Amino acid sequence: MDEALLRTLTPTVISILVRRGADFAAAEDAVQDALVEAVRGWPDDPPRDPKGWLVTVAWRKFLDAARADASRRHREVRVEGERIPGPGEVGDDTLQLYFLCAHPSLPPASAIALTLRAVGGLTTRQIAQAYLVPETTMAQRISRAKRTVSGVRFNQPGDVATVLRVLYLVFNEGYSGDVDLAGEAIRLTRRLAVTTNHEEVAGLLALMLLHHARRPARTGPDGRLVPLAEQDRSLWNTRLIAEGVDVLQAALTRDRLGEFQAQAAIAALHADARTAEETDWVQIVEWYDELVRLTDSPVARLNRAVAVGEADGPRAGLAALAQLDPALPRHAAVAAYLHERDGDPMTAARLYAEAARSAPSLPERDHLMRQAARLNAKLRS
Amino acid sequence: MAKYLLLKHYRGAPASVNDVPMDQWTPEELSAHVRYMQDFAARLEGTGELVDCQALSPEGTFVRYDGEGRPPVTDGPFAETKDVIAGWMVIDVETYERALELAGELSAAPGAGGKPIHEWLEVRPFLTAHSTITE
Repeated sequence: MDEALLRTLTPTVISILVRRGADFAAAEDAVQDALVEAVRGWPDDPPRDPKGWLVTVAWRKFLDAARADASRRHREVRVEGERIPGPGEVGDDTLQLYFLCAHPSLPPASAIALTLRAVGGLTTRQIAQAYLVPETTMAQRISRAKRTVSGVRFNQPGDVATVLRVLYLVFNEGYSGDVDLAGEAIRLTRRLAVTTNHEEVAGLLALMLLHHARRPARTGPDGRLVPLAEQDRSLWNTRLIAEGVDVLQAALTRDRLGEFQAQAAIAALHADARTAEETDWVQIVEWYDELVRLTDSPVARLNRAVAVGEADGPRAGLAALAQLDPALPRHAAVAAYLHERDGDPMTAARLYAEAARSAPSLPERDHLMRQAARLNAKLRS
Repeated sequence: MAKYLLLKHYRGAPASVNDVPMDQWTPEELSAHVRYMQDFAARLEGTGELVDCQALSPEGTFVRYDGEGRPPVTDGPFAETKDVIAGWMVIDVETYERALELAGELSAAPGAGGKPIHEWLEVRPFLTAHSTITE
């Protein structure tokens, strides 16, 4: 049973049904039903032409549903009277599916769920598991999302930025349940990059590849967070890094810089350093300057302060930090780090403990508390 | 999306505005209260925001390890315990503001006289299992 193949075919089959006249919500339902049948039947009786099989079965499911729904009778008659185009080339339709699922009228969580199902081919159960919510809750989230976009015309041009934001949110959800969402986000972004040559799609793909390449080194065997400087760089995936750098360079030559390209450039500079000491912090600061110019994001400013601290010393980093709102997430953690490097372990220990109390995740809290404990133990001895 | 725990207290929270003990309500008032909670949960399931809700008994037992080979010492309920949790609801919402909004709505469940209880609910964010990549 080739689950990966089913996932790949899902958006194509939905697009074909929509082109034949099914509305998006009905097409999506019909394809889900066909997928269930494929999962049941294919292991014993694999079809010669999986895509053709799915289109046929999904179309039959759609017609069954349409017949059962009296209000749809009129359209059904109209649709059946039309000449049915063959599967053919569907790249552009799939692109429209991305835009539809990430439609600005949807709240991010719904856009993510719909994208994972309609474009990614994941089941509701898999998505629910990944987000640690009950399946019924996720099913409702998806059907509301489908209702919201059901009136949207399939041929309206979409907003690439919205699609990229949704894909990056999926990527950052990481890995829980039996689906690796980071890997899934990369797969979907790769496919998107094939159908559109937007430079920020390439930027996002490069960023994901570069982050993903360093994932094996980011946590220790006990699940603890390993800071960048302490990571075992031999665990980094050099093939992914090389690919990420290639994708990024091609995007940068087009001279249309965006935030994902800038972030990818920073990630590439980290990936490029054989040791933490060899990191080109001066160039990283320059990229953060670009990022701040492009986004004016407080998070970018905070990260820039860290980079300044590495490039020009902890005092300079603290000066950059002093211009930022102390209420920013991770502000205390950055301050703690810079104060320790500046030779003030007492202040650093207090700030690490403070940062631990407001940490958003368990590994991060444990990491920060360990830093505080480490400094306090040293201060006592 | 982030998950929040809405914590209901038997004791320990500041007094409600409509602070009449449940056993002094009429059966109809109790039914209205229960229905409100059920409707609230069903509506959040519909919006894709419900994760879980459970009621807890007010009676608890304290347990601790008391040395190798010995049974754990148990005692309680502790009459003087300041804080007794009555139940919880876990929601998964877009923003912190939405969590506050829903907690406010839950706090408006009807009590004595059919009027909202205005009880205090505690809102606590979940720690997530993984970190966002920041490096």
